[in-house]
Amino acid sequence: MLRRWYDSDLAYSFRRSPSVVIAAIVAGVIIMAAVLAPLISPFNPFDPAALKLMDAFTPPAWTEEGKAIYLMGTDDQGRDLLSTILYGSRISLLVGFAAIAFAAVFGTLLGVLCGYRGGWLDNVVMRLADVQLTIPSILIALTIDGVARTALPRELHNEIAIFVLIFAIGIADWPQFARVARSAAMVERHKDYVSAARVIGQPSWVIVLRHVLPNTLGPVLVLATIGLALAVLSEATLSFLGCGMPPTQPSLGTLIRVGQSFLFSGEWWITFFPAMTLVLLVLAVNVLGDWLRDALNPKLR
Amino acid sequence: MLGYIVGRLAQALAVMLAVALVAFLLFNYVGDPINNMVGQDATTTDRADLRDQLGLNDPAPVQFGRFLVNAAQGNFGLSYRLKRPVSTLIQERLPATLELVFLSALASLVLGLPLGVYTALRRDSWLSRVVLTSSLVGVSLPTFVIGIGLIYLLSVQFDLLPSFGRGQVVSLGWWSTGFLTKSGWAAIVMPAITLSLYQLTLVLRLVRTEMLEVLRTDYIKFARARGLSNRIIHFHHALKNTMMPVVTIVGLQIGGLIAFSIVTETVFQWPGMGLLFIQAVGFADIPVMAAYLVLVGAMFVVLNLLVDMAYFVIDPRLRVDRAKAAGKAT
Repeated sequence: MLRRWYDSDLAYSFRRSPSVVIAAIVAGVIIMAAVLAPLISPFNPFDPAALKLMDAFTPPAWTEEGKAIYLMGTDDQGRDLLSTILYGSRISLLVGFAAIAFAAVFGTLLGVLCGYRGGWLDNVVMRLADVQLTIPSILIALTIDGVARTALPRELHNEIAIFVLIFAIGIADWPQFARVARSAAMVERHKDYVSAARVIGQPSWVIVLRHVLPNTLGPVLVLATIGLALAVLSEATLSFLGCGMPPTQPSLGTLIRVGQSFLFSGEWWITFFPAMTLVLLVLAVNVLGDWLRDALNPKLR
Repeated sequence: MLGYIVGRLAQALAVMLAVALVAFLLFNYVGDPINNMVGQDATTTDRADLRDQLGLNDPAPVQFGRFLVNAAQGNFGLSYRLKRPVSTLIQERLPATLELVFLSALASLVLGLPLGVYTALRRDSWLSRVVLTSSLVGVSLPTFVIGIGLIYLLSVQFDLLPSFGRGQVVSLGWWSTGFLTKSGWAAIVMPAITLSLYQLTLVLRLVRTEMLEVLRTDYIKFARARGLSNRIIHFHHALKNTMMPVVTIVGLQIGGLIAFSIVTETVFQWPGMGLLFIQAVGFADIPVMAAYLVLVGAMFVVLNLLVDMAYFVIDPRLRVDRAKAAGKAT
């Protein structure tokens, strides 16, 4: 099994390009660090007892006033920056993965159904997707957040902010998945194996789910990889605008927003390190997505 | 041709109605508009009277109709937060956003086009590689990180440019412009760079792929066989056909610039519509949100419509294909 994967075209094109290998390592390290944050982070930034206001604004460890225990320095409340970044990337990645999973599942199912069935359902859904694609997704996500903010009491809103975010980003991204899955399903629909399945009397939901759906997943996977980078960016942007995660549960975007105000007084590290983490993560995932798209595209071989 | 235009117009109208419906639903059902208008000490009968007066007890379709008529006249009521007519607020902020978007679109085109052509023609030169690699970084850099970086570098470290605001503006009628003063220009440099960078990479990559595609076609080979000079082939034959998709994409992306100006305006405290909208979201100022959505929705629809028409006029192949497709369908 491992041997077979090692010999495949995909693995070959992966090994051959050093930038893709580096991107995979960077993305892997950040994702692992985020997943393992409670185990590996030196401090728990959300434990009020561990806060040392005395240590606020400590610069990174390698500068003159830095302390060895705070590798990347501390923020205005004396929280260790490395720990808040680890926990922050955890939230950023959680929102990104969940939002893109939501968009992918919802959009793909709808798209496959439209492509397979055609007819009025196809017409209605695709016109809806057209309309939504006219409007940039950031605006849709902002509006949804604004509505949630107005409709819910403040404390409740802070508590469920993460779900609002996932929903807002996911709902803004579904049309692309629906389009790709639809066109793939329309191609598959006319192939012999679908007719064969129909001849042996399988109900159409089985044909759609067990036979057509798996054959549309290639392009969906590519879209999901590039979409993950975009979703992490959207989350960071919304949080930066103050419409995402509250400061009590900061994501990378929230950290950058909070740190931005200290830029003028010279505490650059509070905003620099979260921003660098975000850029590295998005860049690595983008490189991987680009590679996957080219590697799975038979025309470019 | 006529059928195509009518179809596009109908779709544009449908989009506009959908956006207006969302704005209307926001307006009427999110939060209680009465609560936001009267003071704490208003009695229940006062509230009921006001509700009657404003027609909030009418059936929903009647209210939607009234909303549409008001919106078409630019009347969106009073801002909950600032207690001023929304239309005046928007009018004050509109020039700032439009000037920023205009300058950014111009910059991304003026820089992106030559760079794209260069990277396509000299594929293997080191400069092309540098440009392409940095363009991938450009796609991955969030707008606000670019903005913060510029502020730190040019405002905090070197104190060259102002980090917020529009500088001095000159009023021309209701339009206030920053293009006529020195401080206005100094203020717009960093926001414009921030906003245009993503667009620039997009234009660059698009021009490059299109150009490479065109250079592979038969008519370019034929032109080479005729012994035309490289310069004429590249800039006379190839570039012309590259421009068609580029023009249309750029047209569509102006809509994206308007949306992303929300982020740029927040970073630089640029007094435009985006900042107004984000403050409205924070304070649940529904009338401002609704008005912004309708206005930006209208801009997108008009841009899309213009781009579609342009596509149709520029590219004769499209007309033929469409006629064929229509013939096949019937």
